[in-house]
Amino acid sequence: MTLMLQVNGRAREVQADAETPLLYALRNDLGLIGTRYGCGLGQCGTCTVIIDGKAVQSCDLPVSAAVGKQITTVEALGTVENEVENEVENADEKLHPLQRAFIAEQAAQCGYCLSGILMAAKALLDVNKDPSDGDIRAALEGNLCRCGTHGRILRAIKRAAEEMRNLGSS
Amino acid sequence: MAQSKEPAARKLPGSLDTNRRLDRWLQINSDGTVTVTPGKVEIGQGILTALVQMVAEELDISVHRIRLAPATTAFSPDEGITSGSRSIQESGLALRHAAAETRDLLLARAAQKLGVTLENLTVADGVISARSGGSVTYWELATPDLLAREATFDVVEKPPAEHVVVGTSLPRVDILGKITGKAAYVQDMVLPGMLHGRITRPPGPRARLKRIDVKEVERMPGVVAVVRDGSFLGVVAEREEQAIRAERRLARLALWDAGAPLPDSDPRRLLTLAAETEVISEKGDPGTAGAQQLSAEYTKPYLAHASLAPSCALALQDGDKLKIWTHSQGIFPLRGDMAQALAMPETDIIITHAEGAGCYGHNAADDVTLDAALLARAVPGKPVRVQWMREDEFAWEPFSSPMVVRMSAALDAKGNIVNWSHELWSHAHSTRPGGRGGVNLTAAWHLEKPLPAAKPGNPPLPGGGSHRNAVPLYDFPNQKITNHLIRESPLRTSAMRALGGHANAFAIECFIDELAEAAGADPVEFRLRHLKDARARAVIEKAAQMAGWKAHEKGDGERGRGIAFARYKNLAAYFAVVAEVQVAEEVRVTRMWAAVDVGQAINPDGVINQIEGGIIQTVSWTLKERIDFDRQGVITRNWTDYPILTFAEAPQVEVALINRPESPPVGAGEGTQGPVSAAIANAIHNALGVRMRDMPFTRDRVVAALSA
Repeated sequence: MTLMLQVNGRAREVQADAETPLLYALRNDLGLIGTRYGCGLGQCGTCTVIIDGKAVQSCDLPVSAAVGKQITTVEALGTVENEVENEVENADEKLHPLQRAFIAEQAAQCGYCLSGILMAAKALLDVNKDPSDGDIRAALEGNLCRCGTHGRILRAIKRAAEEMRNLGSS
Repeated sequence: MAQSKEPAARKLPGSLDTNRRLDRWLQINSDGTVTVTPGKVEIGQGILTALVQMVAEELDISVHRIRLAPATTAFSPDEGITSGSRSIQESGLALRHAAAETRDLLLARAAQKLGVTLENLTVADGVISARSGGSVTYWELATPDLLAREATFDVVEKPPAEHVVVGTSLPRVDILGKITGKAAYVQDMVLPGMLHGRITRPPGPRARLKRIDVKEVERMPGVVAVVRDGSFLGVVAEREEQAIRAERRLARLALWDAGAPLPDSDPRRLLTLAAETEVISEKGDPGTAGAQQLSAEYTKPYLAHASLAPSCALALQDGDKLKIWTHSQGIFPLRGDMAQALAMPETDIIITHAEGAGCYGHNAADDVTLDAALLARAVPGKPVRVQWMREDEFAWEPFSSPMVVRMSAALDAKGNIVNWSHELWSHAHSTRPGGRGGVNLTAAWHLEKPLPAAKPGNPPLPGGGSHRNAVPLYDFPNQKITNHLIRESPLRTSAMRALGGHANAFAIECFIDELAEAAGADPVEFRLRHLKDARARAVIEKAAQMAGWKAHEKGDGERGRGIAFARYKNLAAYFAVVAEVQVAEEVRVTRMWAAVDVGQAINPDGVINQIEGGIIQTVSWTLKERIDFDRQGVITRNWTDYPILTFAEAPQVEVALINRPESPPVGAGEGTQGPVSAAIANAIHNALGVRMRDMPFTRDRVVAALSA
């Protein structure tokens, strides 16, 4: 069946069964491969997107349940076309403060968890400009990281919040 | 120094010795770039960033000029397996030498072209200038024949004092793609006309497919093919969710013979099994008695790599050729096993690496590759992408072996260790592809005509497998170390970070603490008393200083601290750590202070990132993780059954790097595991006065220990 989705501010048409998990519609129909499969059970958070302002796991959500809602994926955060390997510095203006902060803290190992974590963090920072360490940890309750990059990720989100406050006040 | 070459040895550095052609490692391009083609692969550890730095350093070019090509059996050097924290030593040192030689070759051409002597030339970012005037670039000088030659021995690499790129914390070359949702993983690859596959596995390792009628599934929406070969059962469909639905239907329709029941999952069952026993170290008189004799027994369970991304591969049967994309850690050994399983010549199989999520050792990356190939053969000309489901990954990945370690030691009247005995029981720690006399790929064992697995085994000492780090680095006058290897395991076991070094260093470092207590000594002073190695002493002293360690410090019934140390494989990274725990209902690790010495740190922040990660992952192993099975198969099949450390539980970690630019660089991915588990056990004892010797230290076990 034909379903109309609002993804990253654009209307997108998807041909899929109503019960198809949103994750597969995003990845395979819309080419938004930044949202990733980890468990299909809503337990690990690699598939986290933002729906109407809330961080939601897309792997066990039927695509039909997302119709008429605003869906945001990691691709909407900021992207750099034609980037040259290593040339991270020049990319700064086009990236979201969260992404800049993840670079500054080098908060990545394998990185498979990062799309989902960035979405969970964005959902937090959109409503909480000055989160405590406890707030950030709680916002990442649904996200796992197996490489052990937790400390860097927590620092990066804190740093992004600070930058966003500074940008907001200037 | 690694780069000093004894003429008698005639060995080139690292993997260059077995892959001597320079153009297999590097190409100088006319467009001002350099292509680097290492045989080692990125598994999240950041190796590619370090390799870029080593090449840029020797070539005197900006890191921005370097392009990395994915490893492929089509042209990359065969560097075996990316494992054992050996990539800096093997790939890094090879590339360092190859790049230095390339620079020499370019300088020789420049000297001729500019009509000056070599001494007159300087290089800046690929521009060679003569002091007397005139310049020429690498990009102008390079022709395809430049590197069509074997590496030679008389190349002088840059002395560490002149390094400007190596030793700096270059940002990871892969980070931008990973934070912008770009295609970063094999899971993200899309090929034209790509189909999706899923596999229906037996309910357990001994079960066999008795009967299935696949007609109903063949008629399901989008299904292109159902593939059955013996007990191997899979489906190919147009859409991913269609493949998943069809697979679930297959699983429901299949009738299985359960096979012989599996035994109990208790690690101590190892003690009851027939073993191959070998004394791997004997020193002095192991019969020496002391004033006090202590003994203790430690265990660890089966553990899962539990990669966050279930394993995935793409395969395309293209005429006679089979094209494969995989996150395998060893594309060449995998190709050998694939050729046997598919009865094809190796030359018809082209395997290209594409990054997966962190694997931490031998997970299902190789197995899913054969799955994809078997499905792709059913739909020639169409690429098939197979990703395992989460349940498949937990049930079928090769696990880290359970282990039992029995320690015994004697203290003299002064509280010094005068005798030391270490006995370990374990299954094998390697069943990777490339084993002799068999095929180490799950699907191959399920075929109508099954191929036997290679004999499970261990890498040899000094690195070792189950016996890794069993020989203590401490200086004891008398010692005996015994390895009991039980090759056959109810569940397949293979390499996971540190291999047996995790349980061995855990047991040694817990037992040292028990001995220190019996001797009335402070754990830091007691370790230093038995250690001569200056670098070992330095990391212990540094970690203790960072933590503000006080001699004989006591826990308060809830909070406590413990220390532990090891040198990975007794020949690589030195690592010491202090753990702080807070025990209420459960054990929480609140802070960790660690010091590490990897010799020359190519990328200091990269080393620290790896060490932090190793620490946090091991906290998770130690407190929470255990693979369990019933009589039929694995019952821990998702993240609820197999919880790992969460963001709420992650400790604050501080790592100090002791950089030694004049010492050979070694890897940082392993070596934290044993000490971290031991430091936690020692901290719990410091807090509560009870000894935790069986991992994981769950709430139930702590409660049981307290009431014992």
